[in-house]
Amino acid sequence: MNAVALPDGDSTTGLYLDGVSVVFDGFRALNNLSLIVEPGELRAVIGPNGAGKTTMMDVITGKTRPGAGIVRFGGRDLTRMDEAAIANLGIGRKFQKPTVFDALTVFENLELALKAPRGPIACLRWVLRGEARTRIERTMAEIGLTERAHDLSGLLSHGQRQWLEIGMLLMQDPQLLLVDEPVAGMTDHETEQTAELLVGIAGTRSVVVVEHDLEFVKALGSRVTVLHEGSVLSEGSITHVQNDPRVIEVYLGR
Amino acid sequence: MNTRRLILLGFVAVLALLPLLNLLPEEHPLHVSDFLVSIIGKWICYAILALALDLAWGYAGILSLGHGAFFALGGYAIGMHLMRLIGPRGVYGHPVLPDFMVFLGYTELPWYWLGFDWFIFAFAMALIVPGLLAGIVGYLAFRSRITGVYLSIITQALTYALMLAFFRNDMGFGGNNGFTDFKELLGMPLNSGHTRAILFYASLASLVAVFLACGALTRTKYGRVLTAIRDAESRVRFLGYDTTRHKLFVFVLSAMIAGLAGALYVPQVGIINPGEFSPGNSIEAVVWVAFGGRGTLVGAVLGAFSVNALKTWLTSVAPDLWLIVLGCLFIAVPLLLPKGLIGLIRRRGETKP
Repeated sequence: MNAVALPDGDSTTGLYLDGVSVVFDGFRALNNLSLIVEPGELRAVIGPNGAGKTTMMDVITGKTRPGAGIVRFGGRDLTRMDEAAIANLGIGRKFQKPTVFDALTVFENLELALKAPRGPIACLRWVLRGEARTRIERTMAEIGLTERAHDLSGLLSHGQRQWLEIGMLLMQDPQLLLVDEPVAGMTDHETEQTAELLVGIAGTRSVVVVEHDLEFVKALGSRVTVLHEGSVLSEGSITHVQNDPRVIEVYLGR
Repeated sequence: MNTRRLILLGFVAVLALLPLLNLLPEEHPLHVSDFLVSIIGKWICYAILALALDLAWGYAGILSLGHGAFFALGGYAIGMHLMRLIGPRGVYGHPVLPDFMVFLGYTELPWYWLGFDWFIFAFAMALIVPGLLAGIVGYLAFRSRITGVYLSIITQALTYALMLAFFRNDMGFGGNNGFTDFKELLGMPLNSGHTRAILFYASLASLVAVFLACGALTRTKYGRVLTAIRDAESRVRFLGYDTTRHKLFVFVLSAMIAGLAGALYVPQVGIINPGEFSPGNSIEAVVWVAFGGRGTLVGAVLGAFSVNALKTWLTSVAPDLWLIVLGCLFIAVPLLLPKGLIGLIRRRGETKP
């Protein structure tokens, strides 16, 4: 893989989308979308159904190829890479439905996700050394599951399973974490804790959270991007977008 | 956990005593009949086969309905060695060719029989041939992401195809008669009680070794990867694991263990024929594992012993009933005992104060 380092200052760090368009059968899922997420930034993306939130995630992770536009991460052109290469570049995606391994413990789930040789023989000979153990323990502390370390993940609550899944993504050392509707189906208390967790994760990595729940977005306290009909309608602090008349009209005012 | 270990140790000790009790004079109250020793020796081989199947199915979710084929291939490999050892003692008295070859008009040994006069070679083949076949079939199936019932059907077809092939006389494996009339193994006459005891102990030692090895394997990270593949294969792939390689590895290993079981079985029963490839045998093995409790090694062994004890008893009191009972077990176990006997025992243990 050849790194395409670009001289253009804006597009060499963080996530950089410029003029991205995706058309499905004449329907413009993304329409000239531009978005920049700085390294270490936490960004919330909101918008009504069909605004293009999921398509945006698909474009960044390589699942969908844009018809036009620039998609870069750390200066690398993502439109030329496949899903696995993008994942290896350090972009992790958390889907809505948590899929953790129920028959394994919290610790074992994280151990499987840890970066290590992946072949059968390597796994047979794998011995958990201090450094790896420390990493797993640190992640468990981060996602608040230290006390459940040796419980089967099948016994966790819905919210805890979501956190474990985020933890499994963290084990893979992502530079950018895309999180799709993390709090759907969570209790209020779990929603609060998830917000804290995501705020804590950002800082060393960029995090993009797609969400419907405005209370949750407020709790994140981050910059908010509002999507509408495939492009950015408004961007700024939560108070800024809440007072933006265009946002009120298409989204909040209903 | 310690009581569990004690029970297992006691079980092995009781089994180990049987050939010794067999040596006691017949009028002694503790005397054990030849029949019992040889039938338990068979069950031990079945238990090894059950462990092999459980490793693939119970842990990695690969439901093979053709494991009997790997067992039979292992048996045929050792059977070829036993045939070569008959030498000029056959009915036709040919110095090299086994009786069936003389009868079919062979003038010289087919090339694929070369080397089988050495025990080590034959024993190695009993492991390599099943492993190779599993490797080829598994590679093609797993690479194409064939899973679940489709894989089961393919493996079932495999054993059926092999049965038809081995029935043919011109395959050079004795056609529908297979191999029998064995005389000796490693210089020991096969019809002596002494040899029977040695074969029994070899099987028992293999069972213990396979049991411990499988246990060790399932406790490694590789074992956990297999469990993860069983429960959510695509998720494992997203984590960056090449699941094809992982499944292939366990499938080949499992086939080799099945081959070992077959190699231990044939000298004890004194015969191998294409009937061993019959699809019913493979399905019976699945019933053992399901009945005992898949995904637990103890369950697989327990299932092999208990279902075969039932079979032996039923086929002597009411021979016609056995297939009906087997069919009922096949249906009833997943419905009533999804975790098998082991699940039942564990539940009992938990409800006790």
